[in-house]
Amino acid sequence: MSILVNKDTKVIVQGFTGKEGSFHAEQCMDYGTQIVGGVTPGKGGQTHLGKPVFNTVKDAVNTTGATVSMIFVPPAFVADAVMEAASAGIELAVIITEGAPVRDMQAAKACAVKNGMMTIGPNCPGVITAEECKIGIMPGMIFKKGNVGLISKSGTLTYEGANQVCNEGYGISTAVGIGGDPIIGLSYKQLLQMFQEDPETEAIVMIGEIGGDLEIQAAAYIKENITKPVVAFIAGQTAPAGKRMGHAGAIISGSAGTAKEKMDALQAAGVKVVVSPAEIGKAVKEVLS
Amino acid sequence: MNIHEYQAKQIFQKYGVPTPRGIIANTPDQAVANAQELGGNIWVVKAQIHAGGRGLGGGVKLAKSIDEVRELATEILGMTLVTHQTGPEGKLVQKVYIEEGANIQDELYLSVVLDRAAEMPIIMASTEGGMDIETVAEETPEKIIKIAVDPAYGFQGYHGRELVFGLGITDKAEQKKMIQFASKLYTLYMENDAEMIEINPLIKTAEGDFLALDGKMGFDDSALGRHPDIEDMRDISEEDPDEREASQYGLSYISLDGEIGCMVNGAGLAMGTMDTINYMGGTPANFLDVGGSANAETVAKGFEIILKNPKVKAIFVNIFGGIVRCDRIANGIIEATKITDVNVPVIVRLDGTNAPEAAEILKNANISNLIVGDDLGDGAAKAVAAAKGE
Repeated sequence: MSILVNKDTKVIVQGFTGKEGSFHAEQCMDYGTQIVGGVTPGKGGQTHLGKPVFNTVKDAVNTTGATVSMIFVPPAFVADAVMEAASAGIELAVIITEGAPVRDMQAAKACAVKNGMMTIGPNCPGVITAEECKIGIMPGMIFKKGNVGLISKSGTLTYEGANQVCNEGYGISTAVGIGGDPIIGLSYKQLLQMFQEDPETEAIVMIGEIGGDLEIQAAAYIKENITKPVVAFIAGQTAPAGKRMGHAGAIISGSAGTAKEKMDALQAAGVKVVVSPAEIGKAVKEVLS
Repeated sequence: MNIHEYQAKQIFQKYGVPTPRGIIANTPDQAVANAQELGGNIWVVKAQIHAGGRGLGGGVKLAKSIDEVRELATEILGMTLVTHQTGPEGKLVQKVYIEEGANIQDELYLSVVLDRAAEMPIIMASTEGGMDIETVAEETPEKIIKIAVDPAYGFQGYHGRELVFGLGITDKAEQKKMIQFASKLYTLYMENDAEMIEINPLIKTAEGDFLALDGKMGFDDSALGRHPDIEDMRDISEEDPDEREASQYGLSYISLDGEIGCMVNGAGLAMGTMDTINYMGGTPANFLDVGGSANAETVAKGFEIILKNPKVKAIFVNIFGGIVRCDRIANGIIEATKITDVNVPVIVRLDGTNAPEAAEILKNANISNLIVGDDLGDGAAKAVAAAKGE
């Protein structure tokens, strides 16, 4: 078991024939991911990396039976791509592209929710179920199979955390990079719930950052619903207070979004909070032994 | 990206959001000419910097004669204005906005900002205008009205009614003016991909008109490509020159007070590296994210920018390669030692994609003051020790 994706998951790539899309699709295939085709409008009927190219997501889904799409299109086209995936019955869209306008993502997310499609990202490393299925841009070799679930806003801290967990002799069930943009798809809460229900996952690593209040919400959720041990790190304890212009952002979330506030909330929820990311591996070992 | 008050008001006017009349000035002479052109017998001289709290800092003053306009413009232009949002170093005032005086009866607060939790814009309003709104939110949260507007359906009549009844506006004509004000503000927020608009205070005049007396606007950087008119409003003198130079090379750099220069890939790991240095008793000199497309040239540039800071006593390069390939970083380090005089110890920790190749490259280069860190903890410990001269 694992969450979201596994060795049987059929994946298409939107932006399949582009430079980034091609490079990472090939890496995913090498890892063992079932990439069953891709979409590039105008190139339908061609073959790329040995897989069929389609003009529309609808064609790709109808022909291949894919349920997940990995999105690599340029920032200005991300919303369109997400909405197309949602309308074609895709169940999960993993949006790797960085720099999509917030207004576009607002509309895209609303459309995805309405159509019952889950999204991950944008501006994220993707999702990986160790030694089964990698959908994203993470270096696959560091993710050894195991019983620790990982959720992170930051790409490189995902790698750092996973690497330490594996170096301590444990492994990863599934790791999800949720991205740190203002509008994101799956967040801590939903993923914590999935890991709680996944029999293979025995502990959860949660990596957050300053800003917003998702980690505070996660803390409240953990307190009520999560019985598995959780290890957390919040990046940005030493980040300087941002030079802000207005005050509206802080009022809306009801919190300043500082690392300390988040760490305190998680600690109060029974989470093992580490002050340095270099301690993640050791903390996992501690909660599992 | 942020813009000045006078620029925000230009956008307001374009959309029919009422503001007092005003003209921007770079010199005291211009300020005087502007005051004469505006007419009347009372003017406000307002420092234009990208920060709030200008009034308290002494950057917004009332002039009751043309002579006083000259006097105040001379005083404010060229001053370094320190407010609670500028940091202790303050900001140099290079422009003043000369605005006609207004007959203020009430001061309100109005803003539009993205509510991340609701995933839609929210209009916030309060009768407690002119005050520090964060204090209002903390002490009397019931005095802040929040109205979420779903962009799929836009600003509706009920949004307006919730707003005016919430603000206690009972006069029919005033209600209508306020609803139009908010509706236009919402439209310009959406059409310009704004990140936030804040008007504090929004005043009601003795004549029963609503005017934006202040205006702050920030924009979504990712959407600037489709707003060349907004991009043209960028004031690069408001930006840190090192940060700007770094951004031209795809590097994200923020200077700090400490002694250990940091070069890291990814914002999260960069912050985590700073946290680790701090935890081990050292102090980070900067935040530097080399981004996903780092190559030898950008790494060399990063070294150059870090070494400009005379406080730097050691540099910690911490890379976990995903898209970034470690061998490219290693070549960049070698390149940097050739073109700049790297006279401090450099602690290098390279992990992930092509890390073994990178280790080989660095080993063969024989750089004298290079120290290898085995992992994040080990590298940070070595950097802290090196900065202390151990």
